[in-house]
Formats: sequence, C-alpha cells, structure tokens
Amino acid sequence: MICIYMLCLALFLVGLYCVVRKRNLIKIIIGIGIMEYAVNLFFILGGYIRRGRSPIFAADQVIKNMVDPLSQAVVSTAIVIGLAFTLLLVAIAIRIYEKSGTFDITKINRLKG
Amino acid sequence: MIELHLILFFMIAAAIIAVEVKDLVSSVVAVGAVGIGLCMAFLVLKAPDLAIMQLVVEILSLIILIRATIRRDLPFSISGRWVFNTLATVSFIVVFLTLAYFALRSLPAFGNAAMKVSRFYIEDIMKTGSENVVSAIIVNFRAYDTLGEIAILFTAIVGVLAIARRVGYTKEKIDEPN
Repeated sequence: MICIYMLCLALFLVGLYCVVRKRNLIKIIIGIGIMEYAVNLFFILGGYIRRGRSPIFAADQVIKNMVDPLSQAVVSTAIVIGLAFTLLLVAIAIRIYEKSGTFDITKINRLKG
Repeated sequence: MIELHLILFFMIAAAIIAVEVKDLVSSVVAVGAVGIGLCMAFLVLKAPDLAIMQLVVEILSLIILIRATIRRDLPFSISGRWVFNTLATVSFIVVFLTLAYFALRSLPAFGNAAMKVSRFYIEDIMKTGSENVVSAIIVNFRAYDTLGEIAILFTAIVGVLAIARRVGYTKEKIDEPN
C-alpha cells in the first residue's frame, strides 16, 4: 500500500511546481498552502492503523486498537502555525502591492541596484 | 480504503485547477476545495479533532486570501526565461522524487503504524483524567509544545500589525496645532 503515499507525494509536487514556476505572489502563497496540506496529510497517513478507532475513550467501545494519537497532536499544532504563516505572507503581499502596484515578482524591482 | 483514494484524487484535481486557472479569485476558491477535501480525509482517517480544526482554519484562511485578491485581479504572463524556469522546476521535482523514493521505502506500510512513543502516553492516560487522548497529549504531556505554538501565533500577529499598519505619526504632524 505504498500507492497512497505516492498520491500524497503527488499533491506535494503540485504545490512545489506552483511555488517554483509561477510568478504571481498569491499563486506562490497558494502553492505553499498546498504543500502544507500535503505534509499534514502525510503525518496522519503515517499514524493510521487499519480497522482502528479514533483516539477517544468511550464507555461502550468494542474496537481495541486506536490510531496513533501523537501524530494527530503534532498536526493540530502545525495547522495553527500554518494559519499564522498564511496570515503573515498575505500581509506582506498586500504591502508589496501597495508599494509597487503589482503581484508579479519579476516586476518588483525597486531594490534593484 | 477506496474512499480515501477518491478524496485524494479530488484533492489533486482541485490543486491542479488552483495552480493553473488564470483568475485569482477562482484559484482561491479551488484551494478552499483542497482544504475541504483534507477535512474529509481527516474524518476518514479517524481524526475528528483535526477535521474540526481544519474546517475552521480553512474558512479563516479563505477569508484572508479573498481579502488579498479582491479588486486586485490582474492577468499574469509567463513570458521570458521560459526554458530556465522549466528546467529548474523539472530538476527540483526529479531530486525530490529520488529522495522520496528512498525515504518511503523505509517507512512501515500503510495501516501498520509503529506507535513506539505514543504507547507510553496511552498507558499513562488515566493520570490526566481526560477521555480524549489527543487533547491529553496537547495540554498535558506536551504542554510546552502548545506554549511554543501560541508564541509563534503571537509573533505572527505582531508581525502582521507591524507590516499592515498605516504610516505612523511623523514629527510634523505632532508639531502642527489642531
């Protein structure tokens, strides 16, 4: 079942292509977001156990083994950090647009010596 | 796990649409579709806390991105240095695929997680008095981790306020009588 890891990797590669190839600042932010989604999904895929249950103790549970709770805790930290990251990048992008009037990264050349 | 494959194909298709569409607002909406697909994948993979959190964060980041793109919609061109850009992209992807092939071979197979560390957390879960193992790990066993996360969030908000504020008071504005 390495196939599902490969699909997650393909999602990461779409984001990597967007970051490296596109020249619009908003597109680059979107690509970083897609890569972040792929990494979060990869953590959860790595902690999955077949026919497991969610890591919550209930009174009438019948399934004994639960999925890995540690990767879920790590990813819940990473999701919030990703939101802060997106917020900071969008603020910088809006500021660059006010200064130079464009989102195209090849036309922002006010610092060119 | 056929539903997980379907959700992943949906996410990849929405991501390709988000990357390739010309209109920026359509692109933001498509990346919202990727986030909702990730939320459904979390539900399938038995992570309900993360699904709720991903839904809230997705809505917030969609609002922020639409604030950045609304009324700033400009056509973008892919002209100039086409060969160099494509070669750089292809070389990046080839290097990444080579490294990922060796890394993925050494992982345990899908569905058989090792759980070497979280076994200890599950043994000690009764000391915390929490029924939910994930929240017990977040706020009890790894509380300093959460403290660092809040510090990062605070720092990011301070950075946004410093970047996005208007021009402050200059000396002339203070000196002139009102």
